[in-house]
Amino acid sequence: MTPILSVRQVAKRYGQRYGCREVSFDLYPGEVLCIVGESGSGKSTLLSTLAGKLAADEGEVTFRDVNGTEHDLLTLAEADRRRLARTEWGFVTQHARDGLRMNVSAGANVSERLMALGQRHYGELRATAGEWLEKVEISAERLDDRPSQFSGGMQQRLQIARNLVTKPRLVFMDEPTGGLDVSVQARFLDLLRRLVHETGIAVIMVTHDLGVARLLAHRTLVMQQGRVVEAGLTDQILDDPQHPYTQLLVSSILQA
Amino acid sequence: MTTLLIDAQNVSKTFVLHQQDGLALPVLDDVSLQVAVGECVALVGPSGAGKSTFLKALYANYLVQAGTIGIFHREGWVDMVAALPHQIVEVRRHTLGYVSQFLRVIPRVSALDIVAEPLVEWGESLEAARTVAGTWLARLNIHERLWSLPPATFSGGEQQRVNIARGMIAPRPILLLDEPTASLDAANRAVVIELMREAKARGAALVGIFHDEATRDTVADRLFTVPLARRLDTAKELTA
Repeated sequence: MTPILSVRQVAKRYGQRYGCREVSFDLYPGEVLCIVGESGSGKSTLLSTLAGKLAADEGEVTFRDVNGTEHDLLTLAEADRRRLARTEWGFVTQHARDGLRMNVSAGANVSERLMALGQRHYGELRATAGEWLEKVEISAERLDDRPSQFSGGMQQRLQIARNLVTKPRLVFMDEPTGGLDVSVQARFLDLLRRLVHETGIAVIMVTHDLGVARLLAHRTLVMQQGRVVEAGLTDQILDDPQHPYTQLLVSSILQA
Repeated sequence: MTTLLIDAQNVSKTFVLHQQDGLALPVLDDVSLQVAVGECVALVGPSGAGKSTFLKALYANYLVQAGTIGIFHREGWVDMVAALPHQIVEVRRHTLGYVSQFLRVIPRVSALDIVAEPLVEWGESLEAARTVAGTWLARLNIHERLWSLPPATFSGGEQQRVNIARGMIAPRPILLLDEPTASLDAANRAVVIELMREAKARGAALVGIFHDEATRDTVADRLFTVPLARRLDTAKELTA
């Protein structure tokens, strides 16, 4: 199996200071990778750099598209990056209002990416949008409602539908459960796990919640001060942490 | 010649506790074990000898510093010590099952779906997997009115039986069992013993830790004493 994403020695600087540095890993199709660490450890910087939202200062990021063609993401022309972002990637933000268009209907939010890919048939767009609302457990009757009328959990599920409708192969998620109540979070995690299995997408998710990582991620990167200090199978990292910082992090989990 | 499914050689494991000034606790020292098709090996030894650590090392849940852990997966050997994470995930999904004492699942998912999940991951339809999951739960005496409920509210014994169903429903060639009968009553213990016998009969290799000697003597073909690591006494003195 060849990786969908290969990251080598990636760094992002803010002036003289490194936001993240010396990050290397391979991501395989269908794999869920969590990036954990405390605030300021560089995990969101890394995610945005990998997704091309921030320009990297060092390193190489290679993405293999559906045809097996390799793209060097750090030197890619902006137009090509946008095309990949529309067709092959998704990006789910922590605050749904950053990832949704709040002043248009739920249906329009889901259809937008399909339309960007050239689908114009109104009836088909509406049918697909309705199917996806149902998939994320929102009644298709809410198709014409605006996201502002939805609860936080529903908005986050709508964001998932909006991203997955074009069948991307790689989805970036930045603290997607961060703003959700615990009870809503459990349902969201279950949905996410099912969709990952059904669609075979690869996911890179930033979270500060090790419990979320345990339930969802095959693999985990632990970041501290901009560097990856430990990487491996999620259950191995949580049950047998090797690095002093990871041991501290794991021993600090509250037991419910 | 017997066919091996597990071939662990010279496995060593030391825990280093950085929050206690880098205290080193050697637990496994040069441990080797081979397990054949249809064989059940019970790990024995005093508490703290490393039985559970060894079982977790076989599952690649714990990292080891030295040795190889061969797992026969599909048509060849995979060394769990050297394998990449996505390869370990694949080996666990299809070949290597683990039944722990504790259930760790997404809250609010029904017992039926928790048990069905490994079959869904094998490519079964959700409906077919749920049907099989129901037969497992019934066999393990989980009342049907509980199937649609998340197991968080179940008793310890019920949770353990859900865990056993989830761990054994997919007929994986190798099963690792950590105290599978620990909090079960006699009737349910008998069911689990029967399930383990059936797994052996279909050719599965089993490695288990059984607190209950009667259970152990009923299912195990062989006892394996996990040798005490050298310097363990010193390490114990240090933590005391």
